[in-house]
Amino acid sequence: MSILINKNTRVVCQGITGKAGEFHSKNCLEYGTKLVAGVTPGKGGQTALGVPVFDTVYEAVEKEGVDAAMIFVPAAFTADAILESVDAGCTVVVAITEGVPVLDMVRVYNRLQTERRAAGASSPPCVRLVGPNCPGVITPEECKIGIMPGYIHKKGGVGVMSRSGTLTYEAVWQLSNVGLGQSTCVGLGGDPIVGTSFIDLLELYQDDDQTEAILMIGEIGGTAEEEAAAFALEHVTKPMAAFIAGRTAPKGKRMGHAGAIIAGGKGTAAEKIAALEAANIEVAQSPADMGAALQRAIKRTT
Amino acid sequence: MKIHEFQAKELLRKAGVAVPQHMVATTADEAAAAFKQLGGPLAIVKAQIHAGGRGKGTIKDNPQQRGVQLVRSADEAAKVARNLIGNKLVTIQTGPEGQTVRRVLVEAGCDIARELYLGIVIDRAAAMPVLMASSAGGMNIEEVAEKTPHLILKEPFCPDAGLQPYQVRKLAAKLDLNPSPIRGGVRGGGSAEKFMRSLCRVFVDLDCSLAEINPLVVTKLGDLIALDAKISFDDNALFRHPELAELRDTSEEDPNELRAAAAGLSYVQLDGSIGCLVNGAGLAMATMDLIKLHGGEPANFLDVGGGANTEQVTEAFRILLSDKEVKAVLVNIFGGIMRCTTIAQAIVEAYKQVGFNVPLVVRLEGTEVEQGRKILAESGVNIIAAKDLTDAANKVVAAAK
Repeated sequence: MSILINKNTRVVCQGITGKAGEFHSKNCLEYGTKLVAGVTPGKGGQTALGVPVFDTVYEAVEKEGVDAAMIFVPAAFTADAILESVDAGCTVVVAITEGVPVLDMVRVYNRLQTERRAAGASSPPCVRLVGPNCPGVITPEECKIGIMPGYIHKKGGVGVMSRSGTLTYEAVWQLSNVGLGQSTCVGLGGDPIVGTSFIDLLELYQDDDQTEAILMIGEIGGTAEEEAAAFALEHVTKPMAAFIAGRTAPKGKRMGHAGAIIAGGKGTAAEKIAALEAANIEVAQSPADMGAALQRAIKRTT
Repeated sequence: MKIHEFQAKELLRKAGVAVPQHMVATTADEAAAAFKQLGGPLAIVKAQIHAGGRGKGTIKDNPQQRGVQLVRSADEAAKVARNLIGNKLVTIQTGPEGQTVRRVLVEAGCDIARELYLGIVIDRAAAMPVLMASSAGGMNIEEVAEKTPHLILKEPFCPDAGLQPYQVRKLAAKLDLNPSPIRGGVRGGGSAEKFMRSLCRVFVDLDCSLAEINPLVVTKLGDLIALDAKISFDDNALFRHPELAELRDTSEEDPNELRAAAAGLSYVQLDGSIGCLVNGAGLAMATMDLIKLHGGEPANFLDVGGGANTEQVTEAFRILLSDKEVKAVLVNIFGGIMRCTTIAQAIVEAYKQVGFNVPLVVRLEGTEVEQGRKILAESGVNIIAAKDLTDAANKVVAAAK
């Protein structure tokens, strides 16, 4: 099995009648994703790309049995769209939209935390939000929810998780070229507050039979990589490699991603690399070395 | 988006956060008039630029003149204003060139008993806004955070409920503040509760990314006053605050960064010699790292995003080449959604329009890469093709030497 999504996942696209939503829904359908419904308020009753469009996610859940949502609505409405699909019962929500106000995500994140607590501390979280501002999730040859180019992926045993988009494609490309296929690739998103963390995914990859090794692609800013390293040391037995982007980025400058900023001397590449190495994770020194680094990690542990 | 101190203080005053009486002057005469109107025996004249460190900063051609100065007469206020306005102030945050001072803030003095620090940011780990407070006010707070982290108190608060009174009591006890107002305070000073809760409210209501009061002054009467104020806004939320647009001061921003933003590009000026044009922020950062790893210095970060067209690539090249330090340019594209053929055509078109005068190294990978490479090879333009990332880095570093 893969994590998060597979060939049985039934997907609704929120914003399917918009330009980006339609374009990427089409690509997902061509890849083989069971994209079975679209939602655009006010356009219920129409069809798009051969699938029915509903006014609400509730109808898509009720009539088409969807359990995952892909969100392409404009940034101003993204928080609302996320909360709607969660409330309607989707268990995986992937928000592609970039430019979501950070306080909107504060509200969404805390609402999801409250639901998780309500579901009970011992049970798994009822909902996984991936993103916003992310390339999405793909389980190669089964299901693609997002904007990544499907053809670079190969089915296999590597779990790939990343805060970046094109850098993830680069990593997947390198992996596929050295014969390492992927179980599930997840783009977490480049914003300061995103729904899913590296640690959430490490838990899933560790428990997933198909995943044999893990590649993590981080970047400067925040402390997510350090926390993931500490978690991996305790709980992950599978071979792991990592790359950190931004080691040459100057302090205080934001590098495209809202999260990629070194503030108060925290979140530097050097600190992250030190934490990863301390956790026995193979660190790629160059972005050209990501595939090879994972090969080294696998070799080291076998 | 950053704003000036005087603008931040105006927003705070409207929200019920106590700030000193102040006036803005753009000439020496206005500064003198402001001093008289404030009516005190002394006042502070403060240069208004977006960068911090003004108090220790000095005027570029006049190192005697600091960016913030106490004055005791209208004449002295005029003299300081004259020294500041129209000249470049160099601080630890401006770089050696400094930033031109276009106006000064003339502010009434107050009786300072103690200086504290207050700041609000989004705490990523907690996924909440967090109010930070410290008794080590006036100092470089990043240094305090690094050397004595226990001196920084943190209270996360819910954006909708706001900071709760018990949280103020908790902070007040640790900061040795009286949480309730001492009556008879001067100049509109207020209690810790009103001050802190109003500040938190401003942060949420205006979608700030930073709100910082350093120093926060405790007067001899026990009132709190924001002696300095720094606010910046979440760019992603500006659409719901049209009233904030007029606070933008583009003269304070890097002209190339502004130009890039207008073309839908994300650009950050650096000081190396290799210009970079990349799609995607993560890959753009990784490309800078790659250049450095191979002995070069990136001149910039430039992300053309996922759907760059000929116009954007042309504008990106123009921006890169306007930097006279650039000795070679590296284009690194991983065509995912964007096809390599599209970007190859854009490169050829832009190359012809812009009139390249430095070597151009191109590395293409991804969708329709073969056709893309063919377009470049057959275009007749002088492009150094690279077969992979490492090859690209080696070639561009050699070309820049």
